[in-house]
Amino acid sequence: MTTAATNPPDARRAGRFVYATAVILLCAWVIVPLYFLLINTLSSPEAVNSFPKSFVPEFDLESLTFFANFAGMLNALKNSILVAGLTMVMSIAIGAPAGYALSRFDFPGKSTFRLLILLTRAFPLPLLALPLAVMFIRTGLDDTIFGLALVHTTLAVPFAVLITFSLFSGIPIELEEAAWTLGCTRLTAFTKVVLPLILPGITASAIFAFVISWNEVFAAAVLTIENRTLTAFLLQNLDTSPLHLKFAGGFILVVPALIFIFAVRKYLFAMWGIANR
Amino acid sequence: MSARYLPYVLILPVTLFLCLFFLYPFVLVAQQAFSTGNGFTLDNFRNVMSHWKFPISLKNTLYLAAAVVPFQLALALLMATMVSKMKRGRDLVLYIWTIPLGISDLAAGIIWLAIFEQSGFLNSMMSGLGLIDKPLNLLTYQNPGLVFLAIALAEIWRATAIMLVILVAGIGLIPKEYYEAAEVFGASPWKRFTRITLPLLRPSLSTALILRVILAFEVFAVVQALGGTLFPVLMGETYNYQFELLNGGAAAAIALIILGISIAFTLLILRALRVPKGATI
Repeated sequence: MTTAATNPPDARRAGRFVYATAVILLCAWVIVPLYFLLINTLSSPEAVNSFPKSFVPEFDLESLTFFANFAGMLNALKNSILVAGLTMVMSIAIGAPAGYALSRFDFPGKSTFRLLILLTRAFPLPLLALPLAVMFIRTGLDDTIFGLALVHTTLAVPFAVLITFSLFSGIPIELEEAAWTLGCTRLTAFTKVVLPLILPGITASAIFAFVISWNEVFAAAVLTIENRTLTAFLLQNLDTSPLHLKFAGGFILVVPALIFIFAVRKYLFAMWGIANR
Repeated sequence: MSARYLPYVLILPVTLFLCLFFLYPFVLVAQQAFSTGNGFTLDNFRNVMSHWKFPISLKNTLYLAAAVVPFQLALALLMATMVSKMKRGRDLVLYIWTIPLGISDLAAGIIWLAIFEQSGFLNSMMSGLGLIDKPLNLLTYQNPGLVFLAIALAEIWRATAIMLVILVAGIGLIPKEYYEAAEVFGASPWKRFTRITLPLLRPSLSTALILRVILAFEVFAVVQALGGTLFPVLMGETYNYQFELLNGGAAAAIALIILGISIAFTLLILRALRVPKGATI
């Protein structure tokens, strides 16, 4: 306090300088590694394997072409998109009704239900892939897109419930009640009043389910053999694949994540923050 | 349909789904771990734990968590307090800081491989500065410390964002009046942080820590990308037993051990950061 009282402008300016520097350094900490990956992706395979590295990309698409032509890679990419898409649809279809129920009704068993949902967060869920591998072989779901999507839905659905719970809670029930008095049934009030308001939020949480599935490695590697997803395919070939293939693959993994986080940034805190308490 | 049954109809799909794909698999994994084909046995556990790699992978997993999680907690707290004071550019900074949230552990491992591999950017930088003549092979068994550092950095880079988001949302819920009152009484910024922010942030802190600690015990793809077989971890051993050794029972046994550790730590964190009854904001 005393130093600040004797020369306030200097101390404050120094403080602001330290603060701004720290913010910029922390931003660089996140961005610079991503930039390195970008350089490697946009350089020719020779440049990727040479030394020393240039710190500017040469904008050569040879590595990406190599990636696209690598046997099985495009198929893996397609599988990843399909699994993530299915996960997205299933987790919202199953999770959103429960989120609505939690936000609108008080019913016996509600706290037990919430506990079940929260409990899923305290377990390393990808491990479930091990017993499910056996179960899937018995039911014929092994090595299928749908089987893996079921496991990824288990990962994503607790989030879908908690996120939609907090989204629905943000819409006053009075709006629905007003619709009822104006002649809407419970269903039409929902589709005409609540749904349009909630749709952007639902989209955001659907995108999140997509990202969860897109990024998942362990269960994908355990449950698929012929129909590998991109993460499983890259993991399986880590020992043998050349560097430029790894970097191009990593880049393809990162791009959707960047776009999606940007698309859902407004909902990030409603989704991860408050819903998690 | 009457309003009395409606909530149950709405939660039925999730409940059924989680029973079939969450609770039931746990019964199965336990069954698998405690049997070798004929009745109850601890053979799988004995088998797994007597293997020379088990103590190393357990130690590696725990050390990695112990090195990474406290650092991430401090970093996330620092970033969250910095953001809460920010007036201009808050959205942009938050977007940049939360980018790793969407990046998979495999991709994070590959990104840090670009820095640490032999012809990578760290070597390029060091040779540019004249520190080394030719590129060093950094990630080898001769440099266990460096392998550990690379994996720890990749983990810190990737998974601090999830704690940050939860803490930023938590700080947003603390009423401003507390800080104003503290300022009136002349509390320093540090005092305000330790006496207001930290205690009122306990629910968020415990969620963030639980999520993060469980993720730390699940560490797998980052390690595979950066260390390969140089740095065995529990999850990697599970994968090896399942695929290389085709021993489902042993894989299930390690899975149960990981689960046990995760649950123990979850309970520990919940207990340590519990909020006394009636003391909510």
